[in-house]
Amino acid sequence: MNHPESPKQNERFLAHLGAVRWLILGFVVWCALLILTDLIVHRHLTFAEGELPIEGRFGFYAIYGFVAYLLIVWGSIILRKKLLRSEDYYDE
Amino acid sequence: MSEVHPALILLAGGLLLFCLPTTPRRIVSVILPVFGFLNLLTIADGTLWHITWGGYELTVLRADRLSMLFGYLFHLAAFIGAIYALHLKDRLQIGTGLIYAGSAVGAVFAGDLITLFIFWELLAITSVFLVWARGGERALRSGMRYLVMHISSGLLLLLGAVFYYLNTKSLAFDHIGLDKGHHYLIFLSFGIKCAFPLLHNWLIDAYPESTPVGTVFLSAFTTKAAIYALARGFAGEDLLIYIGTIMTIFPIFYAAIENDMRRVLSYSMINQIGFMVVGIGIGGALGINGAVSHAFNDVIFKGLLFMSMGAVLFSSGRINASDLGGLYKSMPWTCACCIIGAASISAIPLFNAFISKSMVMQGVADSGAVTIWLVLLFASAGVLHHAGVKIPFFSFFAHDAGIRCREAPLNMRIAMTISAILCIVIGSYPPLLYNLLPHPVDYVPYTTTHVVLQLQLVFFAVLAFVALMLTSEIDVSLKTRTQRITVGVLLLIGHHPPELPGVNLDSDWIYRRALPRGIRAVVRTGGLIVDRFFAGAKALIQKLIAAIRAQHNNRGLFGRSWLSQSNVLIAIIFLAIYLIYYF
Repeated sequence: MNHPESPKQNERFLAHLGAVRWLILGFVVWCALLILTDLIVHRHLTFAEGELPIEGRFGFYAIYGFVAYLLIVWGSIILRKKLLRSEDYYDE
Repeated sequence: MSEVHPALILLAGGLLLFCLPTTPRRIVSVILPVFGFLNLLTIADGTLWHITWGGYELTVLRADRLSMLFGYLFHLAAFIGAIYALHLKDRLQIGTGLIYAGSAVGAVFAGDLITLFIFWELLAITSVFLVWARGGERALRSGMRYLVMHISSGLLLLLGAVFYYLNTKSLAFDHIGLDKGHHYLIFLSFGIKCAFPLLHNWLIDAYPESTPVGTVFLSAFTTKAAIYALARGFAGEDLLIYIGTIMTIFPIFYAAIENDMRRVLSYSMINQIGFMVVGIGIGGALGINGAVSHAFNDVIFKGLLFMSMGAVLFSSGRINASDLGGLYKSMPWTCACCIIGAASISAIPLFNAFISKSMVMQGVADSGAVTIWLVLLFASAGVLHHAGVKIPFFSFFAHDAGIRCREAPLNMRIAMTISAILCIVIGSYPPLLYNLLPHPVDYVPYTTTHVVLQLQLVFFAVLAFVALMLTSEIDVSLKTRTQRITVGVLLLIGHHPPELPGVNLDSDWIYRRALPRGIRAVVRTGGLIVDRFFAGAKALIQKLIAAIRAQHNNRGLFGRSWLSQSNVLIAIIFLAIYLIYYF
């Protein structure tokens, strides 16, 4: 993958981005539509009444998925700092 | 009514493959699972076959809905695996692969603990050859570690069976439970094969070291036979809910930082097994149905993902995320199949995990375990991260690594396509699988609420990925105010971390690093102490000898010439002592 610090790769990616931009935009619109369905669709809760009331709130699943993903990425960055060793670590 | 044990066709046929030349071997290898399956269809539900051995009555075949489901599954996996292996010239992989499949079939039809033990050990012995088939020092060592773990699992099972017999006077393999201390021996034996936390590292260690074909076979049988055994023996044990939950959560972080794609899938496998273990722990019709249907689906979609990564390794010679990228140009078919596998494992509606994992989730919700449910939901987003996005995106898209290779061989593409079609067909038409489940199903996966909520969870997780990628890729020299604000907001969430080569420490560090070093240190210190002891003793003896010798030279006590008067004096002294003593 690219990093902002490697300008040559960045340039190449931006060339792609032109085509990908519409894809991303379409995806964002799709996500917006998905979360807006919470206003229209009558929901049946997974849990019995009163056990997890937050489940019925607007956008619970969407926000949960988004935040969980970020937490996993952030968590893995910390974990990698602690656990990453060179490839021949066990061969020494 | 069949007269042939369902395991026999694969076991004997697998042996036969070693004697056949290439072309007949290829044909027979694909036909064998089909024959096995047709034979299985003739076995009626409720069939029991007993044999008497050494005064004990063993149930070598017990067919009920639970064992039949796994029987069908293993034949299906063997069939797909055999097609995937068709390009191979060597007989070791396909031969041991089908014997291994036969062992798994034998294990799920075993009606007593001794028969189970025999197939349990056979699973270990046959599968290790698939690890060794890769060749080289790494595979050899990894296979040895794998074998030690699995033989230990078998021995625990045997020990547990002996205690079980002494207590109950029965060897029947039915519900065992955890109400007695010695039942934990059998529980632990199943736990090793099921990759319970801290006992899991054989999977992470050995599966990615195998050949492309070997890993596909390995991923299908051992852990699923263990899931069957847990469902049979320990359904409804609360402990399994907690163990399973841990299994769903810790691998997602490891999978996120792992570079070897097949190792990512191995972590992902533990995560998926975790959902099954939770389902078994919940027990009841919904829990068990959820667990075994997810096991069924997992063999198909995880097999598909392992096949696609195996194809990448086969064609490009690379498997590390840091070396891959842009492969969709060279391997479009494999790419499409991989995306279907990724969509399936992510439990997107119309794909197969959607109809099975949700049963486990609903089972947990019905039991009122809110925290466990929230953790499992978190883990579901984690699946999306490593299997739904990382595997296809960093292999086939991301930046172009410049690899220009051939598409996977035709047989590999056919095997992947069969799996991909099954993922969609089972996902879109649930009764196909639901009708095979051990308990009647009154769960409806396709409700508006369920579909919408699952789509929200999945696609907003993907949205997070898109946002993270944008911050990594975006040109920060953007001019307009809106662009600057957007970038600023995006940068708050950070970058998507790059894929880095390396080894991540896991519990195998204990026996691969700490223990050998500890033993070496003990031996070194112990050796030093022993050396010093002997050196000291030697010096002491040498000094003694020197002292004795000194008394024997011509100036020593015993060697020098004594004067006559001195001799007379000594004689007088002795005589005096003699006199006094006898006086």
